[in-house]
Amino acid sequence: MKLLTGNDLASGAVTWWAGSWWSIHIEDAVDVGETGEAILAREEGARRVNAPYIIDAIATPEGPRPAHIKDRVRALGPTVRPDLTLKPADPQAGEWVI
Amino acid sequence: MYKYDNYDQAIVDARVAEFRDQVQRRLAGEITEDQFKPLRLMNGLYLQLHAYMLRVAIPYGTLDSRQMRMLAHIARKYDRDYGHFTTRQNIQYNWIKLEECPDLLADLATVEMHAIQTSGNCIRNISSDQYAGAAADEIADPRPWAELLRQWSTFHPEFSYLPRKFKIAVIAADEDRAAMRLHDIGIQLVEREGKLGAAFYVGGGMGRTPMIAPLIKDFVPIEDYLSYAEACLRVYNRYGRRDNIYKARIKILVHEIGAEEYARQVEEEFAHVKTLGIDPPAAELERIAAFFAPPPFESGLNEDIDRSDPDFAVWLDQNVKPHKQPGYAIVNISLKPIGGIPGDASSAQIDVMADLAEKYSFDELRVTHAQNIVLPHVAKPDLYAVWKALNEAELANANLDLISDIIACPGLDYCSLANARSIPIAQKIATRFADAERQRDLGELKLKISGCINACGHHHAGHIGILGVDRKGVENYQLTLGGSGAEDVSIGKITGPGFDEDGIVDAVERATDKYKELREPGERFVDTYRRVGMEPFKEAIYG
Repeated sequence: MKLLTGNDLASGAVTWWAGSWWSIHIEDAVDVGETGEAILAREEGARRVNAPYIIDAIATPEGPRPAHIKDRVRALGPTVRPDLTLKPADPQAGEWVI
Repeated sequence: MYKYDNYDQAIVDARVAEFRDQVQRRLAGEITEDQFKPLRLMNGLYLQLHAYMLRVAIPYGTLDSRQMRMLAHIARKYDRDYGHFTTRQNIQYNWIKLEECPDLLADLATVEMHAIQTSGNCIRNISSDQYAGAAADEIADPRPWAELLRQWSTFHPEFSYLPRKFKIAVIAADEDRAAMRLHDIGIQLVEREGKLGAAFYVGGGMGRTPMIAPLIKDFVPIEDYLSYAEACLRVYNRYGRRDNIYKARIKILVHEIGAEEYARQVEEEFAHVKTLGIDPPAAELERIAAFFAPPPFESGLNEDIDRSDPDFAVWLDQNVKPHKQPGYAIVNISLKPIGGIPGDASSAQIDVMADLAEKYSFDELRVTHAQNIVLPHVAKPDLYAVWKALNEAELANANLDLISDIIACPGLDYCSLANARSIPIAQKIATRFADAERQRDLGELKLKISGCINACGHHHAGHIGILGVDRKGVENYQLTLGGSGAEDVSIGKITGPGFDEDGIVDAVERATDKYKELREPGERFVDTYRRVGMEPFKEAIYG
């Protein structure tokens, strides 16, 4: 599957295209298939996202998992600060990245 | 410490106002990201993995308590309650919001600080010896000369669009505590026949092509200091490559045309530059130097220190260094707790260090390129009180220059350029070697980790260096041995094939075990490596 990700312009937060809006949770991300470039151009032009790009991911029962470690780190937060990740209650959260 | 004059304050305030306008126009959609990116980078604002990252300049690593408290305030108000001290003696904040950045910069400007020229192809923050003004072995205080370069390079119109970024270090002692020869220009103040001058080393650096700067001129009279620096930059600005980012640093130019030819061109340029009268008059030099006059040291202080507290005694031996003033000492605050994140400090810890500087160190602090903090002037009778306060704040790690005093870049946990994580490797190695006795037995061992070839973690200069690479989407770590950023400067050599996250920790342990087996009395790890060569270590590491 293909996901669309970028950063919120004002806050800089990592965001994921969720079909009609941008979510900070990768669990909300949807497969953009071949439509990524068009969405990217439209959303960037409207300043709803900054520096967006398309990534490869695989679908898992827990939700999409980016193919590259860099995007998994982006999705979770720094692996060395579990208190700052998006899954702070999950002690195994860091393992999801590796 | 240097204090801004009206010009300094006016240009910083004007820049804040200018950037506020640029941010508003970006948020309003009047300019695109392509147009805005170079503007935000000129103000030290990057877009990293998780958010915007702001790098704040700390000229030659020197701060007063008011500025240090401001750094804590920034962490609390605009970030997530911590900051990361860097190998360029700066501080970075990882969770900055663009919309809040102008207010943040305005706050910084109230304490004579900014983030200007902490990014981009310009002259970056001037670095120096963290023991400046306190070290017994310095021939002069290098800070006035670093400050002169700061003023000269700030908004220098000719050097705002260099072929590539440019880093300068100034030291004034034979012991190199600033990795001077791994800079684009490394300057060592020297004396000749009773006169002060400067030796210029040009064309050093780390990154993907590590090079040790060759000596370009062994003695530049101090009255020609700025003109000579200007000539060095002019030759680079004219002939440095702009067609290939990987070949754009001055080290490539110096290497390709040769140090001798580069020096010849600099001399030619210098003959012209000197006629322009850019070297400041003696009165201006004296004005700057006066800001760095020694503090009012007390005389007759008790030199004896009560060592009855064993933990204090260990810290004293490891982290406290001799001061040139009798009765005083230099205190190193290690930001490398076992299992912690190298260079990180919470806002509360930053406040504690500010308080200690104000109370015990004539209001001065220094940031080191090894990502630690220094209280440069502490009276010996106050050392125990300082240690107790540090201990309460979890800042009394007695590991300066030991294997757990690791330099590590933010790596893939934060940095968009990184290929692999650095911090978890540092944490695992520090934890493996947590036993204090074991660390001390290994002695001085400088371990440095970078998460990509850009080498922000100075791995080339580590007695043991680790470079994280991306091998088909999987983190892999190369090991190097024999580097040094000190006066015995050298570039480490790769041992062989890389390792996974756990494998690299085992490999480091095997290398240190081999050192213990081979060392002769008084030899550091790097000394043994240089004596016996790579082979015995390679055999131990790879079996």
